Amino acid sequence: MPHDHHDHLSPSGHPFRQDNDGALTYWQRMEIAVRELMIEKGHTTAEDVARQIDIMDARSPANGAAVVARAWVDEGFKAELLQDAAGASRAMGFDIGPLNLLAVENTEHVHNLIVCTLCSCYPRNLLGLPPDWYKTRAYRSRAVIEPRAVLREFGLDLGADVQVRVHDSTADMRYIVLPARPEGTDSMDEADLAKLVTRDSMIGTGVPLTP
Amino acid sequence: MAEAVRVKAMMPPGHVRVPAYLRGKVGVIERQLREFGNPEQLAYGLKPQQQMLYRVRFTMEEIWGARAENPGDTLDAEIYEHWLEEV
Repeated sequence: MPHDHHDHLSPSGHPFRQDNDGALTYWQRMEIAVRELMIEKGHTTAEDVARQIDIMDARSPANGAAVVARAWVDEGFKAELLQDAAGASRAMGFDIGPLNLLAVENTEHVHNLIVCTLCSCYPRNLLGLPPDWYKTRAYRSRAVIEPRAVLREFGLDLGADVQVRVHDSTADMRYIVLPARPEGTDSMDEADLAKLVTRDSMIGTGVPLTP
Repeated sequence: MAEAVRVKAMMPPGHVRVPAYLRGKVGVIERQLREFGNPEQLAYGLKPQQQMLYRVRFTMEEIWGARAENPGDTLDAEIYEHWLEEV
């Protein structure tokens, strides 16, 4: 998508991404060398690499939204999700590979927020690639220092009666927020409920849409 | 493992998955996860020792002191057993 990066503007004001004419970095050279060696030695093929990229690109927040909506309509599934989020996601048919997933529940008095201060850990195998801002130093540092100020910038002004729980994905677990089911959705079915679940509501920088 | 724990205040070189802002801070075990290979060895291609991983909950007041945005808010992080000491 050409309009994803607004770092540069042409003289006519059209945003563009600068050509990557610089020298390869150490790690780019390392990746190319390892990939070419593995293909040469028959451990993998270029088609396999391309297929894995396709599989990752096909993952989207819609997967997580389906999991959340199921938890909203099925108490048993919700209990399973909070106990073992990876198992519950796999049971719904999502291929999440070796992902160790933990679901944290928002309630009237608890709001959860996910961050990875050390790098950019994110439940990619369920939700797909993280948004660019999730990987920035600004989000990664401010989410643990002043989460409420960050949430206000996302349009979420939490009251004093709500406790903010920040989760720093420092090691092997990945996190998904189970947002609270919005008011006025009693008559909605699972498929329609899933449409209310935004990516940000599963990171904790937002809440679900209201019907 | 005791309920209240302190993250060891050591600063070893190399790949470490304990954020510096939590070192020396006291929290409570939120839950025990399971054993994972020690990332400090995995990062260098060494055969990893299995280390128990815990989720530790800290108050923002404990982490940031008087600068805390809201003292009663909390932060949970995953910390390996060899980084924790009983309080």
